Amino acid sequence: MRSFFKASTAALGLAAIAASGAFADGHAKLSGDLRIISDMSNPAPRAVMEGLAADFGALHPDLNIELDIVDREAWKTQIRNALTANAPDVINWYAANRMGPYVNAGLFEDISDMYANGDLPGLEAVKGAMTLDGKQWGVPYTYYQWGIYYREDIFNELGLEEPETFEQELANCQKIVDSGRKCYAIGTKFLWTAGGWFDYLNMRTNGFDFHMQLARGEVEWTDDRVRETFANWRKIIDMGGYIDDHQSYSWQEALKFMTDGEATAYLIGNFAVAPMRDAGLGDDQIDFYQFPMINDHPMGEDAPTDTFHIPANATNKDNARAFLQYVTSAEVQTAINSGDALGQLPVNANSSVDADEFLEQGFEMLSNNATGGVAQFFDRDFPAEMASVGMEGLQEFMVFPDNLDDILARLEDARQRIYK
Amino acid sequence: MTDMVSPPIPPQRSRGWYKRNEIAVTPWLFLLPGILFFAVYVIIPIFQSFWISFHEWDGLGEKVWVGTGNYERLLGGDRKFEVSFWNNIKWLFLYLLAIPAGLFIALLLNQTVRGIRLYKSMFFFPFVLSQVVVGLVFSWFYLPREGLLNAILGVVGAGPVNILGDPTLATYGIIAAGLWPQTAYCMILYLTGLNAVDPEQIEAARLDGAKGWKMLWYVVLPQLRPATFIAFVVTIIGALRSFDLISVMTNGGPFGSTRVLSFYMFEESLSEFGFRMGYGAAIAVVLFFIMLFFIAYFLYSMYRDEKGAR
Repeated sequence: MRSFFKASTAALGLAAIAASGAFADGHAKLSGDLRIISDMSNPAPRAVMEGLAADFGALHPDLNIELDIVDREAWKTQIRNALTANAPDVINWYAANRMGPYVNAGLFEDISDMYANGDLPGLEAVKGAMTLDGKQWGVPYTYYQWGIYYREDIFNELGLEEPETFEQELANCQKIVDSGRKCYAIGTKFLWTAGGWFDYLNMRTNGFDFHMQLARGEVEWTDDRVRETFANWRKIIDMGGYIDDHQSYSWQEALKFMTDGEATAYLIGNFAVAPMRDAGLGDDQIDFYQFPMINDHPMGEDAPTDTFHIPANATNKDNARAFLQYVTSAEVQTAINSGDALGQLPVNANSSVDADEFLEQGFEMLSNNATGGVAQFFDRDFPAEMASVGMEGLQEFMVFPDNLDDILARLEDARQRIYK
Repeated sequence: MTDMVSPPIPPQRSRGWYKRNEIAVTPWLFLLPGILFFAVYVIIPIFQSFWISFHEWDGLGEKVWVGTGNYERLLGGDRKFEVSFWNNIKWLFLYLLAIPAGLFIALLLNQTVRGIRLYKSMFFFPFVLSQVVVGLVFSWFYLPREGLLNAILGVVGAGPVNILGDPTLATYGIIAAGLWPQTAYCMILYLTGLNAVDPEQIEAARLDGAKGWKMLWYVVLPQLRPATFIAFVVTIIGALRSFDLISVMTNGGPFGSTRVLSFYMFEESLSEFGFRMGYGAAIAVVLFFIMLFFIAYFLYSMYRDEKGAR
């Protein structure tokens, strides 16, 4: 019922835009086919995608739109076949290095001209995430901030403030541990959550630029600066800041520790807010703060971007381009990222952000306080093989911090092999 | 021969080639679709894997010939490979426990008691479950705090253990989960075997004063040899292709300590971060030869038995 409601409100919102005719004016009528394969398979994103296809179809009645929605996890392996055999016209994927294999294999269409000739107004800020080899390979449609979500009521009970420096963070954590709780919930069974912690600790300890150098393989993992990052991390591990047995939980399973009040905070993306609310936490019980400063570097943030691309083998590229233009337009961005649709941040600078406590804080943080730069995420910024070796090492470090030398040697070995 | 044939026959001599060779050709015609599919989906891919394993290939772009490079890296100290290999060995030996366990349950259930069919089906039940379900059930059983295992241990007074989160225990935990359905499988094999045990031999042995262990060892077990053989084959092959339980219960973790070769191969070439088709193919080839070793041995002993029986 709930998802049906969501679906219909999203569809209504989009239909209203379509009906206003603001779009139809500037665009030529399209005809022919448009085949879309989307991985927006969760209930809310699915409704958004179906709404997008329906409304785009309403704008162009002669256009025959064929929409296939596939499971998000399954798509990660299916995309290879989809791009080579009988390629559709538009597909979903992720920004930054995750595009790398397909760009290198020549399977993504170069759409630099759309950025250059002003077809995509308002997308200047996110252009970087779509750039590889100096060209742009797709458009983003949504992104979300990462940060520390915490139990406001427990902070109030213990008399804690949102920390701004790492010392304050550690002091807070000590008080939380003393009160018999854990500071941070985390579930590392699927590894990537540990990547988030490393991203932040490394960006705060050594700065955004250093983090990107590491991602590009220009710095050795055994470098003293990397060790400093791990030394900071170890402070939290040694004081018992993380929940026990986190290697056995997925991020959703670990969420229970926070909703039960056994852990007070969670470093995670904005997608965790909905399950927190579903678990019964009110907005007066959860709040958000930016990962505190460690060394005096401009703050960098993780804000993973989800994207649309045109396969190089697509047959209806003009229609596909029109669709990308439609998806990224300010009005559509406002509608599909609103709280009752995707509930994330719009990529178009001219869009408005939904009146949601976390979306507003996240937008404010990314617009004004991410002066270092915006990273995608550990598994999107690092090449795939490095990311998988790396995240396994990060998880091991969180359980057995004494193995650090061995882990770093292994990562350095992988680095020398992977970046050529 | 033809000289002997009487005159009316010559017109028939011109019947078609097929008619003349019908007996020899027909079985092949029936086998043809099977052979074709087996070749296309099994034999040819095996050789393709060999071919790919000599390349570096991301599955999308051009293949780059690296010769034996993948094998040198694999066998020259790849820690993930070593972990996977030793885990495979652990699986191989511990999984065999399913055979005595299955025999024990089969002997227990091989009696005429009211409602025995119900008991038999309950013991057979885990084999009907999908491996994914078995994996899920056991991962709940092992859960560090809420799991039944720790509840039981708590009653006894033993401390909580996180079996799937402990790199030294996780593999054993998964094997234990795998033994549950595999024991049921072996049990059913032995139950059918026990049906075929000759009652006269039992009677004769009893007259000679054999009972208990002696009866089992010298009279019953030899008659169960065919069942034991099949149980060995399916258990060893089952152990070597263990994949789904690992994928469901730990996803190879914690930090890769529960990988086996098949899972490592999947990770390298087909998973979310896998873009090393060549390396994955090299792992697959190594696993293929390990399996081939066992299968060749089994085929050989089967051949020997058949010859002996003749």
